[in-house]
Amino acid sequence: MLAYVVRRVAYGLVTVVGVLFLLFLLFFTITAPDDVARKALGEKAQQEQIDQWKRLHGYDRPLLPGPGHVRDNMLVEHFRRMLTFDFGRSDADDTVILDRIKDGAVPSILLTTPLFLVGLCLGILLSLFVAFFRETYIDRTGVFLAVLGMSLSILLYIIGAQFLVGKLLRWFPISGYDPDPAVVWRFLALPVVVGILSSLGGNVRFYRTVFVEEVNRDYVRTARAKGAGDGRVMLRHVLGNAMIPILTNVVMAIPFLFTGSLLLEAFFGIPGLGSMTVDAIDNNDFATLRTMVYIDALLFILGQILTDVSYTVADPRIRLE
Amino acid sequence: MAAAKNDSAGSESVRVRDLVTTFPYGSRRVAVVDQVSFGVAPGEVLALVGESGCGKSMTALSMLRLVPKPGRVEGGSVRLGETEVLELDVPAMRRLRGHQMAMIFQEPMSSLNPVQAVGAQVVEAILLHEDTTVRAARKRTVELFAAVGIPDPRTRIDAYPHQLSGGLKQRVMIAMALALRPTVLLADEPTTALDVTIQAQILRLMRELQRDTGTAILLITHDLGVVNEMADRVAVMYGGKIVEMGNRRAVLGEPSHPYTRGLLAAMPGRARRGEPLHEITGVVPQPAEWQRGCRFASRCPERLPHCTDQPAPRSEPSPAREVFCHARVGAPRDIDPGSSRPVVAAEEGE
Repeated sequence: MLAYVVRRVAYGLVTVVGVLFLLFLLFFTITAPDDVARKALGEKAQQEQIDQWKRLHGYDRPLLPGPGHVRDNMLVEHFRRMLTFDFGRSDADDTVILDRIKDGAVPSILLTTPLFLVGLCLGILLSLFVAFFRETYIDRTGVFLAVLGMSLSILLYIIGAQFLVGKLLRWFPISGYDPDPAVVWRFLALPVVVGILSSLGGNVRFYRTVFVEEVNRDYVRTARAKGAGDGRVMLRHVLGNAMIPILTNVVMAIPFLFTGSLLLEAFFGIPGLGSMTVDAIDNNDFATLRTMVYIDALLFILGQILTDVSYTVADPRIRLE
Repeated sequence: MAAAKNDSAGSESVRVRDLVTTFPYGSRRVAVVDQVSFGVAPGEVLALVGESGCGKSMTALSMLRLVPKPGRVEGGSVRLGETEVLELDVPAMRRLRGHQMAMIFQEPMSSLNPVQAVGAQVVEAILLHEDTTVRAARKRTVELFAAVGIPDPRTRIDAYPHQLSGGLKQRVMIAMALALRPTVLLADEPTTALDVTIQAQILRLMRELQRDTGTAILLITHDLGVVNEMADRVAVMYGGKIVEMGNRRAVLGEPSHPYTRGLLAAMPGRARRGEPLHEITGVVPQPAEWQRGCRFASRCPERLPHCTDQPAPRSEPSPAREVFCHARVGAPRDIDPGSSRPVVAAEEGE
């Protein structure tokens, strides 16, 4: 097990190096620093201004290692910065990126954690219920609503909730954020509910498929034949066996709680990492953007390792070698 | 559901009467278990024999009310002592399952929960019915494992199904089914998925345990060898109906129903070298094609004109022997079993 994890981490590091190469390709060669500078300064910028901007933002080194600048070049600098989490400053407003990430992580986690936990429990319970009544009108209604729910754009949920709950009923603010612990929940309630509702349909449909497949298995019949009740059969036997596909879905999502939700944060004005990413796109802030892409990649690799390890907990048949 | 109150079956552990279970085929419901009646006495083994799809397993599942949807038990009676099983409410039914009436399934490979230790699954069965501690239930499970011949029960109790062989898994299933000393054990092809050598061990084990507990066993099988080894009495099913029932020796020795005869003639042990194996011509009709009359009529070598549209009448060629066949009504008791044998390919000599 430990050997497996060590090996997985090693593979992960190889992947990270690959990601960094791709990022370099995207952010330094395809979008050359000159283009970035021109975007920041406007099309009519003089070459002098551009050179100054590049100097200020650390884009003035030669691109690749060569004679005389084996270490002092963009490629090596890019790798050094990313691997040491020294992300530098934003291209747009010169703030320290690492500080902004630290600041943005808190609202993001406050938003995504309840969304994730409540959404997961609700999704699983609802789909267990629907799967128990499979092939009846309860099941068919459930599936219809789930498909309907997942077919609607999240934008509709967001705008609908803002209009209905925020504007007409005035229960919660339409958007905004205040880090004061006493009032912060008022700003988070609406986006959390919208997030849960918008993901519920897809979750129910997915989990229902998993459960229905398990419900028809022989061991379920055995459990009923020995006198287990319906609730016990569903929660102890069916849910236990459905953990593998569920874990694949769930564990993968955990690291990303940290990076927030792009759309929810942007629309509800929550200053988390999601809206920070959206702002970076809007402002041609390539330094922030490539940092976020890099962090997402790291979290993805972490998520995969966690998923694999969690399998062994859920299923005794899986042993990691 | 007609619960006949005037049952004289005091000596029987379980009495099934006119059991009907239907499944939808297209727009109508077909009785895949059709007016099935039988009883099993304590310590007795009744073998329910027949081809795949003849309704054997559905009969057993109907008795436990575990017929998978969209199937449904439509009528009849299953009496377990004083209890009418088909009229119990859900909690009472749950208390009965695994306690008074337990079941062993055909596939030990898939019948155990793959993510729970086998011991925990037996412990669960005990705790579902008895108000005892986990500790005591575990101790009982170890004893049960030893009783069903699982070597090293103390360690095996924590093994997962995938770590055990098929034979051991079936022993676990037997331990689970017998954990609460049920009055009736429904064994649905308990050895079909096992190696031949293991089959004999499992059958012997069931026999031995039955001697100790006096459990009535309904043994579902399509293997006449197993019937020969295990059964006291035999019920032959075809197309959802019992066509012949009686003592093992009588049914296997002098089969009366043309289907039973065909089945026995098809046993490889009875064939002579060089002679093609006997087969019953035609194929088993699908439930949707079942007609009102005798369901074997389309394949029957003794078919009479009215066989296809009139249900086969019951006759008793001898005491405790039942046959459902038009050709046997009023027929003499001792029919030459060879007379109904269809022509087989010409014998070329050896």
